Amino acid sequence: MRLIEVQSPGLFTTVQDLGRDGFGPIGVSPSGAADPTALRLGNRLVGNAEGAAALEMTLLGGTFVFPQGGMIALAGGDFETSIPLWTARDLPPAQTLRIGPARSGARCYLCVRGGIAVPLVMGSASTHVMSGLGGLEGRPLRKGDVLRVGPQPLTPSKGTISPGVLQQLAPRKVLRTTDGPQHHWFSANEFYRTVYRVSEDSNRVGIRLQGPAMTLPNSGHMITEGVTLGAIQVPQNGQPVILFVEQQTTGGYPKIANVISADIPSLGQLRPGDEIRFERIEIAEARRLLRRQEALFQ
Amino acid sequence: MLETGPVAGIRNLHPAYCSLLIRFDPLRTDHEMLESAVCDCVEQFDSVVSIEPRTVEIPIRYGDEFGPDLEDVAKLHGITSKEVVELHASATYTVYFLGFVPGFAYLGGLPEKIATPRRQTPRKQVPQGSLGIAGNQTGIYPCSTPGGWQIIGRTPLEMFRPNRENMSLLSIGDRVRFVPLCD
Repeated sequence: MRLIEVQSPGLFTTVQDLGRDGFGPIGVSPSGAADPTALRLGNRLVGNAEGAAALEMTLLGGTFVFPQGGMIALAGGDFETSIPLWTARDLPPAQTLRIGPARSGARCYLCVRGGIAVPLVMGSASTHVMSGLGGLEGRPLRKGDVLRVGPQPLTPSKGTISPGVLQQLAPRKVLRTTDGPQHHWFSANEFYRTVYRVSEDSNRVGIRLQGPAMTLPNSGHMITEGVTLGAIQVPQNGQPVILFVEQQTTGGYPKIANVISADIPSLGQLRPGDEIRFERIEIAEARRLLRRQEALFQ
Repeated sequence: MLETGPVAGIRNLHPAYCSLLIRFDPLRTDHEMLESAVCDCVEQFDSVVSIEPRTVEIPIRYGDEFGPDLEDVAKLHGITSKEVVELHASATYTVYFLGFVPGFAYLGGLPEKIATPRRQTPRKQVPQGSLGIAGNQTGIYPCSTPGGWQIIGRTPLEMFRPNRENMSLLSIGDRVRFVPLCD
């Protein structure tokens, strides 16, 4: 069996796949890769199924030893290391791979041919950190952890991905949104004109934004209701929060807008200090953009 | 009904007090198709035989280090801690929905006399199993998280365990009774 030894875990590295759907009624959000586009492409590079589990590194990569060697690829944000991004590489036995800080983006996926093998929890290998489930013991990796690699797939490696496709899938800083359920509570002009700064407090649960405080009408109280990935909530302090992959499943704050499905992967590459803004589009347009994006994977 | 007779393209359901959020895959279905599927379900409501709710008893250690806000709650209502416990343990609650974090059940049926607003400042860390009050709701934190509910006790039961047959101890519609534990 192939193994990966964790010499240093990096800042915050977890096992992620495409998450677990269907557990909303018991309060469990899907979790899964913060940038699913990068995970899917990385897996293709090494010949895995798109949703195979990989290591998601955040802002600072780790140091990993491959005692038996193996084929790997790095996908997503550009982190300092000795192998090129978006390219499958065969590592010889006993190879050490050092991955440094992010030069651009926030998350980089280390995809291994065979995938990371951890016991599935509710059908997924994804780590849900707040509730401590999935992944490796429900937590980020630590120094000394040993991960198992799954059986080698039959599909061949894809080698590289065309620069044209990568360009079209590049993370965006202007995020397209559709109206949220309480959009009429707010001034759309104010929201869509503002350049927001991504706060240091952002994580996989929510991306906190800093900008001029938005005014909430009539004290802003509402009955708790379901909330979903990409919803932009405005709590009492008027600073928007984008609900992210480890989101709570219900919430009591009004939602001005929702990031469209096609732009969710871009959220995974936002880093503290980034400046972003929003652009309102219609639902039909959002669906068209998603179809066009999905066609790039065919 | 949407759970047992799945409609193509539905990815997740988020029920709450008086709403149901449906998350779907826009590549497999659209708003119009879902709306008609949901309307069909609503039309069949009357013919659905609802199952008799089960009653779940949850042991609680009220007060002391397990319920740091019990005395404050009592003071606010001008009654003793013992009376708060008696009132809280006398009621039968209903699970309205689960949300927030895995296995967190929102329980309705709190006696009005002990309904209490959330704490002014939320705690950074509420221990797993803590029993809280917020307004006229009560509920148990299944895992240790930040939280603003008034904590009056704690259960030794695991409210949520992913690899158990019933991952969440409570499900929507369950009746709940709290049983005070003595030393």
